[in-house]
Amino acid sequence: MTARDPDRPAPEAFLRAAAQEGLGRLKVFLGAAPGVGKTYEMLTDAAARAREGVDVVIGVVETHGRAETEALTRSFEIMPRRHTEGSVRALDEMDIDAILARRPRLVLVDELAHTNAPGSRHPKRYQDVDELLAAGIDVFSTVNVQHIESLNDVVASFTRVRVRETVPDRMLDDADIEVVDIPPDELIERLKAGKVYVPDEAARALGHFFSRTNLQALRELALRRAAQAVDAEMLGDLRARALAGTFAAGERVLVAVDAAASAPELVRAAKRLADALRAPWTALHVETERSRRLDRDSQTRLAATLALAAQLGGATATIPAANVVDGLCDFAAEARITQIVVGKSLRSWWFERRYGSVVDRLVRGIDGVAVHVLPTGKGAAQAAAPRANITRPIDYLWTLVMVACVTGIAEIVTGPRTVNSVDMMYLVPVLTAATISGLRAGLFAGVLSALAYNFFFLPPLYTFTIADPANLVTVMVLLVVAVIVSQLAARTRYQADLATSGARANAALAGFSRQLTGVTTVPELAQSICAEIARLFDVRAVMMLPKRGDLILIAAVPPGDELGAVELAAARWVADKGRPAGRGSDTLTAADWLFHPLNTGRGTIAVIGMARDDGRDPLRPESLALLTSVLDQSALALDRIQLEAEMADVAQLRERDRLRATLLASVSHDLRTPLTSIVAAANELRATAATTANTPLFDTLDSETQRLRRFVANLLDMARIEAGALNLNIVPTDLTDAVAGAVHDVRRALADHPIVLAVPPDLPLVRIDPQLFHHCLINLLDNAGKYADPGTTVTIAATRRYDGIELTVTDEGPGLPPGTEARIFDTFLRVEGSDRTKDGTGLGLAIVKGFAEAMGLTVAASTQGEPQGARFAVYFPEALLVRTPAVAAEAAE
Amino acid sequence: MSAATILVVDDEAAIRRLVRGTLTRAGYDVVEADTARAAMSALAIDKPDLVLLDLGLPDRDGLELIPLIKGKAALIVVSARDQTGEKVAALDLGADDFVTKPFDSDELLARIRTGLRHRLASEAEAEVVTVGPITIDLALRRVRRDNEEVRLTPKEYVFLAELAKHPGRVLTHRQLLRAGWGPAHDDDVEYLRVVVRSLRQKLGPEGMTLIRSELGVGYRLGG
Repeated sequence: MTARDPDRPAPEAFLRAAAQEGLGRLKVFLGAAPGVGKTYEMLTDAAARAREGVDVVIGVVETHGRAETEALTRSFEIMPRRHTEGSVRALDEMDIDAILARRPRLVLVDELAHTNAPGSRHPKRYQDVDELLAAGIDVFSTVNVQHIESLNDVVASFTRVRVRETVPDRMLDDADIEVVDIPPDELIERLKAGKVYVPDEAARALGHFFSRTNLQALRELALRRAAQAVDAEMLGDLRARALAGTFAAGERVLVAVDAAASAPELVRAAKRLADALRAPWTALHVETERSRRLDRDSQTRLAATLALAAQLGGATATIPAANVVDGLCDFAAEARITQIVVGKSLRSWWFERRYGSVVDRLVRGIDGVAVHVLPTGKGAAQAAAPRANITRPIDYLWTLVMVACVTGIAEIVTGPRTVNSVDMMYLVPVLTAATISGLRAGLFAGVLSALAYNFFFLPPLYTFTIADPANLVTVMVLLVVAVIVSQLAARTRYQADLATSGARANAALAGFSRQLTGVTTVPELAQSICAEIARLFDVRAVMMLPKRGDLILIAAVPPGDELGAVELAAARWVADKGRPAGRGSDTLTAADWLFHPLNTGRGTIAVIGMARDDGRDPLRPESLALLTSVLDQSALALDRIQLEAEMADVAQLRERDRLRATLLASVSHDLRTPLTSIVAAANELRATAATTANTPLFDTLDSETQRLRRFVANLLDMARIEAGALNLNIVPTDLTDAVAGAVHDVRRALADHPIVLAVPPDLPLVRIDPQLFHHCLINLLDNAGKYADPGTTVTIAATRRYDGIELTVTDEGPGLPPGTEARIFDTFLRVEGSDRTKDGTGLGLAIVKGFAEAMGLTVAASTQGEPQGARFAVYFPEALLVRTPAVAAEAAE
Repeated sequence: MSAATILVVDDEAAIRRLVRGTLTRAGYDVVEADTARAAMSALAIDKPDLVLLDLGLPDRDGLELIPLIKGKAALIVVSARDQTGEKVAALDLGADDFVTKPFDSDELLARIRTGLRHRLASEAEAEVVTVGPITIDLALRRVRRDNEEVRLTPKEYVFLAELAKHPGRVLTHRQLLRAGWGPAHDDDVEYLRVVVRSLRQKLGPEGMTLIRSELGVGYRLGG
C-alpha cells in the first residue's frame, strides 16, 4: 500500500513549510473569462513592487496589441524569448535558462495554462513556472477559471466549451490568489467595443460563452475558488501549528478508480467534494485478479488517472484484494473514510443479477460511510475478459490425433456397437485439449469428439444422423465441458503465470542485489547496473555520474553509445532535479532516451539512461515498479561504494593534514626560537654596549630581525593558504579593534609614517576570523610602509556602503604601475620600475588575498590620483555584517 | 623589600640565558628550569614570586602545570603568536597573563611588573582604581572622568569593574562574559563587542587605548 496518510499533518506540514523557505512565491491573477484585465492588473501590481525596489523582469506577457497594457510593459526589462526551431509555426517560448541566469527577484509569466511548443523543455508553461519557483524566483502569473484542472468539467458542462490546456490545482493551492473581477455587463460592453482579445477556443462558441449567465457562473466559480484558496492557506497554517483536531470534523474522502475512461471524472468530482468538505482525499485502486490482467492501454489509463489524482492534491493508493468491494471496505475502515465516491457500474444486467452490483454490496458492506454514486460517461471500457491461451495450429493437429486414438481404442475395445460408456472416453481428449491448449482447441476437441462418437458409435452407425434425442445430450455435454474446463484452466494458468513472473522478478532482484554486494569499484558497479537494466527491460542502458557540474558517461550496455545534445540536456536536467526526464516521462520528451536518477539522501548521485532500438518508449508503465526497485538497489550500492571511497580519501587526507600540521608547527618553532634569541640578544647588547658609533648597527640588526620575523610569519601563512589548511575561527569583530591592533603591531615598521585612522566607531560588527584579518591588515600596512617615502601619510579608512563595508589602506607612494592592479595580489609579483630595491618577498599581498577570500571578503587595488598613491580596499559583504540592534538589546538585557 | 624571585621555565638554553640577563638587569632574582619536573621542584624549593612558563616543554604539556603553580606564584605563560586557543586555555586555567613569542624585553618587563603587582594587590584589594583620566570606585560603583561622573549601564559597569579589579592584566572573553552575563553566555563574544564599543565612547577620546583588545583572547585595561 502506498497511501500517504492524510491524517498526520504536523511533520508533513512542517516539512512543507521548510521546503518552501528556499522557494519563490507564486501569485496568480485569477479571472472569470478572457478580457477581465488580468494582465493589466498583474503589470500594475508588478510596477508597484518595482517601485519598492524589487528586481522585476517580464518573462512572457501577451499584450494582444492593447495600448494601455503595452505601455505598462515598457517600464520593465523584457527577457528575450527563446526561438523554438523545428515547429511549423514559429513559436517563441519563454526562455527559462535566460531567466535563471538573470536571476531576477520577480518574473512576470502571463497565461499559466499555456502549452509550450514541441521541443521545449517542459510541455506546459506551469512546469516552467515550477522550475522558476524552485530556483527561488517569485512569479506573477495569470489564469482563467476554466483552465483550472478540477473545474474543467464543471465549466465545460455549462459553457459547452472544453479547454484542453489545464493547470493542476496544486499550483493554486500554494499560491497567493488575486481575483480580477469585473461585472459581467461591463465585460460584455468591453467585448462589444472590441477591447477583448478572444482566444481560439472561445471564438468558436463566442456568443454562447460570453452570455450573461455563463459569465455570472464563471465569476462565481472564480470567487469561490479564491475563497477556497484562502481557506486552504488557513488550514495549512493550522496544520503547521499541529492543531490537526480542529479541521472539518475529520471528513475523509475516498474515490474508487479503475481503468475506465470515465475514472478521471470521478477523480475530479471527488476533489470538488473533498474541497467543499475541506477534507483530505485518496484515490484508491483495488487490484483484483481481474484488474491484474488488464491490457496495456487500460494500465496506462489507470496510471494516468492515479497521476491526475496526485496532481489534484489527493493521496493515491493501490491495494490488492479478492474483490473490489472487500478492498474498498477494508481500506475505508482502516483509513477512517467518511465519504466514498464510486462510479455507477456499467456491467451487464446479467452480471449484476449474478454477483450483485458493486454499489449494492458496498452500501451493505460499510456502515457510517456516505456512498456517492456518480453516473459515468459513455465509452467506459469494460475490464477485459480473462484471456484464454492462444491456440496454435499444431494444437488442432494434436487434438485430432487424440480424438482419433480414442476412437481407435474404443473401436478395438467395444467393437462397432453402441456402448454408453464410450462417451465418457471422449472426455479425455476434450479435457486434455481444453486444459493444455485453451478454449478453441477444447471446443475443437468437443466438436470432433461429438462427430466421431456420432459417426462411429451412435446408431445409425457411420452416419452423422442422431436417431435418439438422448444422444444429442451427450454431444452437448461434451461441448459444454470443453468450454468450462478451458475457462477454468486458462484462469489457473494465468494465476500460475502471474506467480511465476512475480517470482522471476523477485529472483532477478535478489540475484542482482547479491551481485551488487560483491562489487567494490564504481565502474564495475556501473557496468553491472547497466547490464541488469538492459537485460530486464530489453533496452540499451547507460550510466552517468555527475562530476564538477558535468556528466561523465561511465558505463554503457551495449558499449559505445553516444548521446546526442538533446539527450545530454535531458540527462543534465535529471541530475539537477532528481526527477525522471526524456522519452515517456513528462519532461523533455523530445529526447530519444529516458533518464532516471539514482537518488540518495545525499542527492542525485547518478543518472541512468534507457533507449530502445525500435523507437518505442523505453519503459512500459507496468515495468516502472520493477525499475524503481532496481534503481533503489543500485543507488544503495553506489552510495555505499562512494561513501567507502570517500572515507578512505578522508582518512588519507586527514593523515596528510596531520603531517602537514606537524611540519608547520616544527618549522615554526625551529625558526622562531632562534629569532627570539637574536632579538633578545640584540636588545641586551643595545642596553649594555650601545655607543653613538655602533647605534646604526643595532638599528640594522633590529630592522632586519623584524623583517625576518615577518618573512617567517608570511611563509607559514602562505603554506597554510596553499595547503587549504586554514581553520577559520569566525567571530563578530569590531573593526576599530582590528585596526587598532594592527597599527599597534606595525608601529615600529611604520615609525616614519604618520597614520591617519578614519574608522567610524559605529560601524556594524563583522563576522571574520580576527587573527587572519589581523594578518591581512599588517601585510597591507607593511606594504604601504615599504613603498611610500618616509614622512608620507598612511590612511586607514572604513565606510559603510549600501551593500557592505569598505575598508581601505591608502599610501602616498608611487602607486601601482598601470595594468598591474589585477595581478598585484599574485604570489611573488613585485612591483618593478622603482629605483629603490624593496624589501620583501612579494608574499604579503598574496596572503592578504588568500586570507580575505577564505573569510568571504574581496580585495581590490587601485592607484589614487591626488595625492598619488596606492589604494588597497577590502570589501565586507552585507551578509558578514552583524545586525547590531538585536545583539545590543540582548547584550544589555 | 627584597628583590622578587622569578622562575624561568623554558627548554631553550639560549632563551633562558637572555631572559636571565634582562631580568637580572631589571633587579630580579632568577631561577631557571628546563623541564616540567625541574620547574616543580624549583617551585617548591625557591618559592618564586612569579613563574615565566613556556607552554612547549619536552616532558609535559605546559597547560598541566598551570593548576599546580596557581596560587603559589604569579604566572605568565609564553606562547607563539598564532596559538590563540592555547593562550585562552592557559588564562582560563588561571594564568595571570601571557607574552607572545618572539617577545621584546620592554614588553616582558611590563607584564612582569603587572603580574607582581597583582600578586601583592590581591591580598588587599583596592577600592579605587585610577587609569589615566578615569577613576573607578569599586565600593561606590561610580565611574568618574576628570571628576565628572560617567553614566554607565549596569552591564557596562560590570565589565569595566571586572577589568579594573585587575588593571593592566588581560581577562579572557569568557571570564568577562561570566562576570556580566553568567555561564550560559560563554560564547556570545558579540555582547562584549557591543558593550566595549559604547563604553569606549563614553570614556572619551582615550577610550580606545584605555580598553585594549587582545586579539582573539580578551581585553585589558590601560595596557
